[in-house]
Amino acid sequence: MAARGTSVLTRIAQAIPVLFGVIVISFVLTRALPGDPAVQFAGIMATPETIEETRVKLGLDKPMPEQFVIYLGQLFQGDLGQSVSTGRPVVTELASRLPASLELTLSALILSCVVAVPLGVLAATRPGSWIDQICRLLVTMGVSLPTFFTGVMLIYIFYYLLGISPSPLGRLDFVYLDPPHVTGFFLIDAAVDGDWETWFGALKQLVLPAVTLALFTLAPIARMTRAAMLSALSSDYIRTARAAGLGSGRILYGYAFRNALLPVVTTLGMVFSFVLGANVLVEKVFAWPGIGSYAVEALIVSDYAAVQGFVLSMAFLFVFLNLLIDLAYSLIDPRFGTSGK
Amino acid sequence: MGVLTMPTRRDFLKAGAVLAGTLPFARTFSALAAGSDTLVAVSGQTVNSLDLHRTGTNRASYQIAVNCYDRLVSFGTKQAEGGGLSYDYSTIVPELAESWTFSDDGMKITFKLKSGAVFNDGSKVTAADVKWSFDRAVSVGGFPTVQMKAGGFSRTEQFVAVDDETFTITLDQASKLSLPDLAVPVPFIINSKVAKENATTDDPWAMEYLHLNTIGSGAYSVTRWDAGQQVVFERNDKWVGGPTPPVRRVIMREVPSAATSRALIERGDVQVAFDIPDKDAAELADKVTVHSTPIENCIHSLCLNSKFEPFRDPDVRKAVAYAVPYDAIFKAAAYGRGAPLWGGAPKAEDIAWPRKSPYDTDMDKAKEHMAKSGFPDGFEIKLSISTGLSHWMEPTALLIQEAVGKIGIKVEIEKIPGASWRTAALVEKRLDFHLENFGGWLNTPDYYFFWAYQEGHLFNSSNYSNPEVEQLTNETLHMPMDDPEYAPKIMRMIDIVYEDLPRIPLWQPALNVALNGAGGYKFWFHRQLDIRGLTSVES
Repeated sequence: MAARGTSVLTRIAQAIPVLFGVIVISFVLTRALPGDPAVQFAGIMATPETIEETRVKLGLDKPMPEQFVIYLGQLFQGDLGQSVSTGRPVVTELASRLPASLELTLSALILSCVVAVPLGVLAATRPGSWIDQICRLLVTMGVSLPTFFTGVMLIYIFYYLLGISPSPLGRLDFVYLDPPHVTGFFLIDAAVDGDWETWFGALKQLVLPAVTLALFTLAPIARMTRAAMLSALSSDYIRTARAAGLGSGRILYGYAFRNALLPVVTTLGMVFSFVLGANVLVEKVFAWPGIGSYAVEALIVSDYAAVQGFVLSMAFLFVFLNLLIDLAYSLIDPRFGTSGK
Repeated sequence: MGVLTMPTRRDFLKAGAVLAGTLPFARTFSALAAGSDTLVAVSGQTVNSLDLHRTGTNRASYQIAVNCYDRLVSFGTKQAEGGGLSYDYSTIVPELAESWTFSDDGMKITFKLKSGAVFNDGSKVTAADVKWSFDRAVSVGGFPTVQMKAGGFSRTEQFVAVDDETFTITLDQASKLSLPDLAVPVPFIINSKVAKENATTDDPWAMEYLHLNTIGSGAYSVTRWDAGQQVVFERNDKWVGGPTPPVRRVIMREVPSAATSRALIERGDVQVAFDIPDKDAAELADKVTVHSTPIENCIHSLCLNSKFEPFRDPDVRKAVAYAVPYDAIFKAAAYGRGAPLWGGAPKAEDIAWPRKSPYDTDMDKAKEHMAKSGFPDGFEIKLSISTGLSHWMEPTALLIQEAVGKIGIKVEIEKIPGASWRTAALVEKRLDFHLENFGGWLNTPDYYFFWAYQEGHLFNSSNYSNPEVEQLTNETLHMPMDDPEYAPKIMRMIDIVYEDLPRIPLWQPALNVALNGAGGYKFWFHRQLDIRGLTSVES
């Protein structure tokens, strides 16, 4: 246990230079972008004087190194700056939007794992069968249908034509109030509050966007499971296990599946981090107040503080996620050393 | 005390339950909402502040100033082209002011305030509040200060609170723009007592407090604002600025996807879809009520920058103007929504503006002019468009590219990201050939000319400069419109710029609104939803 603790600490220490690099790069890159925030925020009727005034107000008249030192000083106090486009502190903005994106992404991933992993396992054990064909069809669909198309199609069928799902209006219908803030995950917060009406309300809003995203993430997971299972099943140790007369369930789940899990977890980590940034289209279609659409809007209007805050929080999340995946490796496969590398 | 009092959970659910029965299902809710006192509107824009005067406040946030605050005066109402109502620039009606008088030289305006006017905390609206609010608008800098200047208001000494109900403004110059400029969203009246309580030495104008709270005397107050999601407006029953609004509560939801908005309005789960794309407006027109109002004093133009050598040749400019496929563009890019601005009389006959240019698509004439010009073999050029406005710019640019190719002008389309568009097009004015849109809030031709045809001004992205237009614009800008000299001067200005063609007018765009279960929509120049007159209609 002590070894694992040290290794976790080492990994965290290793992340510090990475994060500093991210801070520098995001700072320089946002300023290298074309577009002048002073012009953007001076309003629709601007004179050269008001543009200059706005520049001074935003602190952009100072030399770059000075701006960077000020920014670093704010960061150490946990202040990510003020988002000019939304008029709120970036921290507040991220705190309200990150859980929304995480809730959506996690539900979608759980949903797609529940479908994709068994599907991949079944397809691998019966290659060429009808279940393998279904797996192939789903994978092709997931890869080839863009999320905004799936989203609009699902809205058209389940909301517009059938009227089963609620209005695609974000995380909660306007009849409900947000549950008291605990984690920012509506399903958890409502459950903590014991307010099941709101819980169901939030769940209903979540179904369509989560299914949309799940269809998209299903493909890599199912394919990876199938491929990993196939290679595991054809390996020597399985042949040995079969020769030794072990039960088929034991072979399949005890040996083959456990070995096949490693690449699947790796894929899962990659898909998760990719989707968190890429679900902006789903967020737009379902009016989901997530972090992707926030970052894109901020980028369009050159809202420096917001873009930097987004990049930084994503970097944190990636570091954390990689740590988590590495820990998962050693749980799944004890041969993975825990000595810090 | 915060005026943005959050209703408790219980209150809100109770209200919801009264409205929607016990089942808070959206579909149940909307069916009952039509007969009840709540309307739901959707819009693709996001509100980023409750205070218009703040640096960085976006256009969508102007609706807060419109609906939650009063101005001294407002504009009248008329029937709009394309259905529904419209504001009427030609009549000024009282809002917070009961009456006003001009001094004989037109340099001093005296306002009498309505004695019954109260803010949403119940305190009386006094001339001191008006003075404080106007001082704020001319002091904070940025857009509000520029807009105040358009009416001749630039210094705090111009505003005097004589007694509780009398307020005077002294002007440096009599101008026809002064009174209308008090009816635009910017000079809204704030409860100065509450604001001062929340001001600090670093923040004397209480910018932080007003950013999150509405403390006005307007028809509605914001009771809930979830940035990026929704704004909830609740009626102030003591409003004296106009007829009592029929709807008690309006929920403005932000829906970024046009396809989603369309599904919502078609199903009737929301009653208003504000500012929808031309395509949706054209296709929804036979299913729900759609108002497409041509935006006053607003023109989509093709701009020819005088920095670019060939565009200094008048024959090249005319060749382009005759080559543009106006009708095809209007159908493909605007889906026929708005008003055509081509094929008009050769000379201006009155002062109507925007007006049709004398040009129409005529390839023979275009080729003739091109042959006469100094560039008979044509040239290569980039046509710049903004990615942020690609919904109309892209189809327009493609059609222009094809058409001017026939007269030897090889066009490459350059897309500029939204963030750098304003810098490139308006501030640096470095785009040789580009599409542009300008709409003036104050609806007079001279005001349009001031911004779009005067040298160095922001929207003159063609670097146009003509001494006569400069002089005529300066002369007419403050001149009353019934002055006998006004009309001839304006017609002369129009004739000059349609001869010189720094901007080729393409069409007058429309603001599209779909209603399903709501009525009483009114178009405003500020292009925001005025919820004060909205009514619930059984659909």
